[in-house]
Amino acid sequence: MKKYTVKTQTQSTAKFVADDMILTKDIPTCAGSKMLDGYVSLFEAEVLTRLADKGYGLAGKTDVGEFSIDLLGETSYNGAIIEDGVLKNATASVIKDGEVDFAITLDVNGSVRRAAAQDGLVSIKPTYGTVSRFGTIPVVCSGETVSVMAKTADLCKEALSAIAGHDDKDGTSLPQSEIDKTKTEKEIRKVAVLSSMLKGVDGKVSEKLNNVCEILRKNGIEVTEIDDSVIALSSAYWAVLMSAECCNNVSKYDGVKYGYRAQNFMGIDELYTNSRTEAFGFLLKSTILLGSETLSTANYVKIYDKALRMRRVIVEEFAKIFASYDVVLMPACSAFAYGEEDMKNTYKAYEENFYTAPASITGLPAVVVGGVQFVGNAFSENSMLSLAAIIEKEGK
Amino acid sequence: MKYETVIGLEVHVELATKSKIFCSCSAHSYGAEPNAHVCPACCGMPGMLPVVNKRVVDYGMKAGMMLNCHINRTTTFDKKSYYYPDLPAAYQTTQWFAPVAVNGLVEIETSKGKKSIRIKQIHMEEDAGKLVHDIREDTTHVDFNRTSVPLIEIVSQPDLSSAEEVEAYLDRLKNLLRYAKVAECEMAHGTMRCDVNLSVRPEGSDKLGVRTEMKNMNSIEAIKRAIEYETARHIDAIEHNTEVLVQETRRWDDIKGKSFAMRSKETAGDYRYFPDPNVMPVVIDDEWFNSIKASLPEFPEVKRARYINEIGLSEYDADQLIKSIAICECFESAYAECGSAKDSANWLLSECMNILNSRQMSYDMLDVDGKALGKLIKLVSEGKVGRANGKKILADMFDNRDIDPETYAKENGYIVSNDTSLIEKVAKEAIASNPRAVNDFKSGKEKAIMALFGACMKQLKGNCDPNTLKEILIAEINKI
Ligand SMILES: [Zn+2]
Repeated sequence: MKKYTVKTQTQSTAKFVADDMILTKDIPTCAGSKMLDGYVSLFEAEVLTRLADKGYGLAGKTDVGEFSIDLLGETSYNGAIIEDGVLKNATASVIKDGEVDFAITLDVNGSVRRAAAQDGLVSIKPTYGTVSRFGTIPVVCSGETVSVMAKTADLCKEALSAIAGHDDKDGTSLPQSEIDKTKTEKEIRKVAVLSSMLKGVDGKVSEKLNNVCEILRKNGIEVTEIDDSVIALSSAYWAVLMSAECCNNVSKYDGVKYGYRAQNFMGIDELYTNSRTEAFGFLLKSTILLGSETLSTANYVKIYDKALRMRRVIVEEFAKIFASYDVVLMPACSAFAYGEEDMKNTYKAYEENFYTAPASITGLPAVVVGGVQFVGNAFSENSMLSLAAIIEKEGK
Repeated sequence: MKYETVIGLEVHVELATKSKIFCSCSAHSYGAEPNAHVCPACCGMPGMLPVVNKRVVDYGMKAGMMLNCHINRTTTFDKKSYYYPDLPAAYQTTQWFAPVAVNGLVEIETSKGKKSIRIKQIHMEEDAGKLVHDIREDTTHVDFNRTSVPLIEIVSQPDLSSAEEVEAYLDRLKNLLRYAKVAECEMAHGTMRCDVNLSVRPEGSDKLGVRTEMKNMNSIEAIKRAIEYETARHIDAIEHNTEVLVQETRRWDDIKGKSFAMRSKETAGDYRYFPDPNVMPVVIDDEWFNSIKASLPEFPEVKRARYINEIGLSEYDADQLIKSIAICECFESAYAECGSAKDSANWLLSECMNILNSRQMSYDMLDVDGKALGKLIKLVSEGKVGRANGKKILADMFDNRDIDPETYAKENGYIVSNDTSLIEKVAKEAIASNPRAVNDFKSGKEKAIMALFGACMKQLKGNCDPNTLKEILIAEINKI
């Protein structure tokens, strides 16, 4: 039931927490896994260095689900956080309680956005390559992005401006000239609602969507419902890429170098098998198996390569939409509370990816505000956060 | 029935870059303390991201150009997954889908004449670490010094057909890559290793036989023995049904002189290759491509022709010199300094070689400043330093690159004396103490003067012009 570990207080007025996917030098980083219990990194994440340089104080760390691929953090080896039968996310709870100003999280598989939507917070998953991933526990390197969660859009914007920028230590970091494009804000005038993405949402979620659309129209923004069948396919291909990369990235946790090692084994193969069997949870094991299968020689062309190609198709589809619209509006989750039934369903995270996968697979920026999700063109994060500020104000 | 052996090689060559392929650790681990050259990146710790060392791509491209390959202008890195304790990330970053160079051609020469060997591809990758087994403690230690050291793997087509050809091919690769200064290629240092793929088929057949692979061969003599053994084993199996050949990986035991089955194709692991999302495709633009092209060395054949046609060396001398780029470079600067190609070649091919041989060093280990050698040659040919003393100076120059021959000769008393009165004095003494030699000479045995000559030279510590000494000796004898 661990929510977060509090570090010694700092002088700075603005404080933040980092989730347990962000490496810290003096606090253990465990990625919610028994495998990395007590693991202390030799170096810290670039984003933390940047925040420290600008005077922001790290107040502590928040727990995540095992390698952050689950719904909200329920697969952490510390156990799930449940309040009144409802599943809670550690980071969102800390923000909601007002203990810190913002949180730095790694959006691996959408849990950050689901949490922000369910707890009425604001989150920004910036354009892939604008924030350094150096010093974050790698899981789905082609899609995961360091993100910010806060009570307000302005705080998100402030924290994002502190962490964004080119980093030589990250080979996928974009050149500064590209990242600077985020500074030019563009007024959002046209919003597209994808009808295909409304599938499966409950009444409360569609009510929120309607509320937001109303606010948008009231502010002179054109809202159009459009039909698109391609983007709704994202989660299927994201599951392929996500599981494959996850499988590969967690291979290094084999009980040999660091982390959990089984007590009983005969020989190296049993050391690997027993350590991983004992330390990893069910969702991660399932994901490893799925990823291993999709990458096998027999399936590579049929499944993995196809998913890579579909990623390009989905990027192109968004580009077509952005030729006529400024942003796309879609849900971030199917419901605002996950109950016991959802917790029993190990694959619920794969299902809920339906809403978060489009931004994950394309690397496009996504803002969650007022319980809904905006996905914008590359480098439109600040434009979207300004729009989020309007929704925030009107929603009160 | 007559059989032919079909051999393809996968040659792993360590690139001679200063740092590793994805981090700034030193890439030169040979002889270093275990785990002296490691960092969180090459130890595979979570959170470190690979950043491609551009030098590695430079060298990979250069190697490709040396072997007449087509260079892929967009080259990508991929992950190869397998579990082994010497591989800290549990995957190796290599090139599977778009290697840096493809479709090359290497010409070799054997006793049967010239032959072209096709290169399928050259890909860049990171090396793995090394396991050190401690038998007393029954434990295994891991040394990550070699982890992430850049390698290229040169994959040939199955165009080789004998141990002799394999040796010629490996020599040729070594020669070309050393010319380009991209690799040391020293099997004894582990900077060149070789996987041998071998099959046997009836002569003239165009169908390939069952192929076996021997991995990680690191001595040319072992490779030759392994090829002979495997060829015989395959022919035996085909002719006498002694065993059923299967496609498998075999381990060569050089002490037993036998190969042993390691794993068959069926049980071989699936490496689950996929593009590394952390390494962006490397795009080689015209500017980059041309700068590497312009930095290529003169090829050995071109050098040979120039040495013969323009400099006037004999074919024999030229052939000897081009065997090693170190020798060529030394020769060229010595020649530029002293102006005599013949003398420069002689000094290198006889005197330098003698010293190398006496020290059991290979051609490529020549480490003498060519300009200084040229100066020395000049001193000797101008008669300022005797030839024997010249050789002594040369030997000292092998130990100290900073020696300036002239200063060194002066400081150590190696300068030929022009003082004829001193020579006359020494000649008189020699004549006085060798009456027999004098008599012999006088009675017509001209060679007898050599005894006197030698005695004088010894007395003069070699610092005397031989002709002057001879003239003075004859003059003094005639005076008697
Ligand atoms: Zn390193």
